[in-house]
Amino acid sequence: MSRQHIISMLLENESGALSRVAGLFSARAYNIESLTVAATIDPSLSRLTVVTVGSDKVIEQIKKQLDKLVDVVKLIDLSESFSLERELVLLKVKKSDATEQKISDLGADSMACITDETDGFLIIEVSGEKTWLDDFLLTLGDDIVEVVRSGVIGLSRGERTLTL
Amino acid sequence: MELSGGEIVIQSLKDEGVEYVFGYPGGCVLHIYDAIFRQEDVKHVLVRHEQGATHAADGYARASGKPGVVLVTSGPGATNAVTGIATAYMDSIPMVVITGQVPKAVIGSDAFQEVDTIGITRPCVKHNFLVKNVGDIAETMKKAFYLATSGRPGPVIVDIPKDITDPNIKVPYEYPAEISMRSYTPPVSGDIGQIIEAVKLIKEAKRPVIYSGGGVVLGEGSAELRELCRALNFPVTQTLMGLGAFPGTDPQFIGMLGMHGTYEANMAMHNSDLIIAIGARFDDRVTGKVDEFCPHAKIIHIDVDPASIAKIIEVDVAIVGQVKPILLDMLAQIKHLDETFDRARIADWWLQIDQWRATDCMAYDTTTGTIKPQYVIEQLYKVTGGEAYLTSDVGQHQMFAAQFYPFDEPRRWINSGGLGTMGFGLPAAMGVKFAHPDADVACVTGEGSIQMCLQELSTMLQYDTPVKVINLNNGYLGMVRQWQEFSYDSRYSHSYLEALPDFKKLAEAYGHVGMTIKKKEDVEPALREAFAMKNRTVFLDFLTDTKENVYPMIAAGKAHHDMMMGPSSKYKRNEP
Repeated sequence: MSRQHIISMLLENESGALSRVAGLFSARAYNIESLTVAATIDPSLSRLTVVTVGSDKVIEQIKKQLDKLVDVVKLIDLSESFSLERELVLLKVKKSDATEQKISDLGADSMACITDETDGFLIIEVSGEKTWLDDFLLTLGDDIVEVVRSGVIGLSRGERTLTL
Repeated sequence: MELSGGEIVIQSLKDEGVEYVFGYPGGCVLHIYDAIFRQEDVKHVLVRHEQGATHAADGYARASGKPGVVLVTSGPGATNAVTGIATAYMDSIPMVVITGQVPKAVIGSDAFQEVDTIGITRPCVKHNFLVKNVGDIAETMKKAFYLATSGRPGPVIVDIPKDITDPNIKVPYEYPAEISMRSYTPPVSGDIGQIIEAVKLIKEAKRPVIYSGGGVVLGEGSAELRELCRALNFPVTQTLMGLGAFPGTDPQFIGMLGMHGTYEANMAMHNSDLIIAIGARFDDRVTGKVDEFCPHAKIIHIDVDPASIAKIIEVDVAIVGQVKPILLDMLAQIKHLDETFDRARIADWWLQIDQWRATDCMAYDTTTGTIKPQYVIEQLYKVTGGEAYLTSDVGQHQMFAAQFYPFDEPRRWINSGGLGTMGFGLPAAMGVKFAHPDADVACVTGEGSIQMCLQELSTMLQYDTPVKVINLNNGYLGMVRQWQEFSYDSRYSHSYLEALPDFKKLAEAYGHVGMTIKKKEDVEPALREAFAMKNRTVFLDFLTDTKENVYPMIAAGKAHHDMMMGPSSKYKRNEP
């Protein structure tokens, strides 16, 4: 049975490290649902988080193959532990009383907020868990003019960490 | 000591103990070539095509156990090397490939002879480096050799922009004695708990098979494998890449397994209750139909690469680490068991295997007057006393060589198993000759494959590396023709090679000896004459039976017990 996994890893902050990870997924026909990468506090390392889907066997292979890449220093499967995941969404809607009402209804329990208003368009910023955001976007439906998602990031809760 | 970047490249090779570099100069590596010119320790071999350089370095590495080293220029130099790099990658061969790159300032500008070497080679190397500072060259070279030769070996590329090899910019040089990388820790010995679990299964097995692969050759585990096999008296099969780790002439060896493996090896796998896979990766040519692979067997898998474990086949006991210490630990555990270990337990299993063996599955028609390719290999074995290093290209001749030339020592059989690269054999044979100048080296090839890297005949004359080329010339791309006969109603689409050259004259034109052998009775004398010419490369063009097939065969997608048997075997359908 296929399941979604969030795999997070520390990469050597070398040029080409990202393409090794991305290339591995395409070369071996693994799925990428989202991928996000940025430097960490340690400038020699970047942290990459990839959301992928596969059977247990495939996920096991993905982790092993990633671990085999020389630039991957350490990795963790956040789906295997109690973890916190978040994704940021920016979306643009045409300003109208109806949409503003809808957003304020949704926003009450979602922390969605109107971040910008220019020339009759609103940019709404909202973060949350991926599945929750999927539902949020479905609710707004045709009101959305443009949308961008950051891809999922996450941390293990409690003592467990991904550090050197 | 202050050195320029070009000098550092060569000094690093010297400090690494490199004897030969196979290469081809060009604009972006001229500074490095100038550094080569001004020293004598590292010898450069000028090939005729960069693909030849990689295969020669590969052959050298396979035969010697030392890393092969290649030096090529940017752009086409690098792209021509890619096939050889991928070949080495698929067979886990240690190789360091130095590629020139355009100066840093023009990278990305589509400069003359610029190509993204790092990007192009990324999926077929163990790792690659683009060096950006002259001060980083020595450490990068050290890392490259460390990565190439440790863990699961493989090719590593060091891409060096021309400007950092500038002879006018000198920096202090020191070659690191040791290197460690926080992101790379190859496994050493195996988990003892897992080894004990494995030995428990070994103790209980009634129909065991040892399935040994190229990892035993690469990991120098041949002696330990032999000791283990003899202690257990289990039947041994080997993959195409593993041949020679266990002696091919030993009665305990039941032949190669897989697509063109023996009936007894494949039937033993199918009926086994315990498979001990050692340094083998369950390649599709070995497993056949994965869903029906060894349906009754528990599986122990020993491999240095954790990603090989459970990649294709789920296993019961996985032991990750270097083959040699694992086999030694296993032997120690088995010796503990001596009192209770019952060798008679598998007597029935051996009886069954001997019945399968009696089908004589590789038998071919010896009554015809035509030269059968199998006959040539048998005579080659006879004439060389089974002592030669054999390289091969890819196709029917490769399978005939693997089937009919039993190797008693590791590193004697050198072929492109994973990538299946036609054109590999001749330059690889040259590389072997550099590693073992006094040994008999033969390249078993076909008229299709040999034309893919033929130009290296010229290099072989220049460097005096005498090789015997055994050309099994049937006028067809034999393996393609065989598949077309079986699967495409004998529609031989573009598998017939017309307008073939006169290979005898061609060899002579290159300054070598050429022979054409048309009659069966001339095969052995021709081989004797050729091998008597110790210092000459001899091209023996054997005009063989045009329609011979490789048997037995497991068709693609079939299981081990579902084999096509040759018409000359004693196999009967109603047998077990």
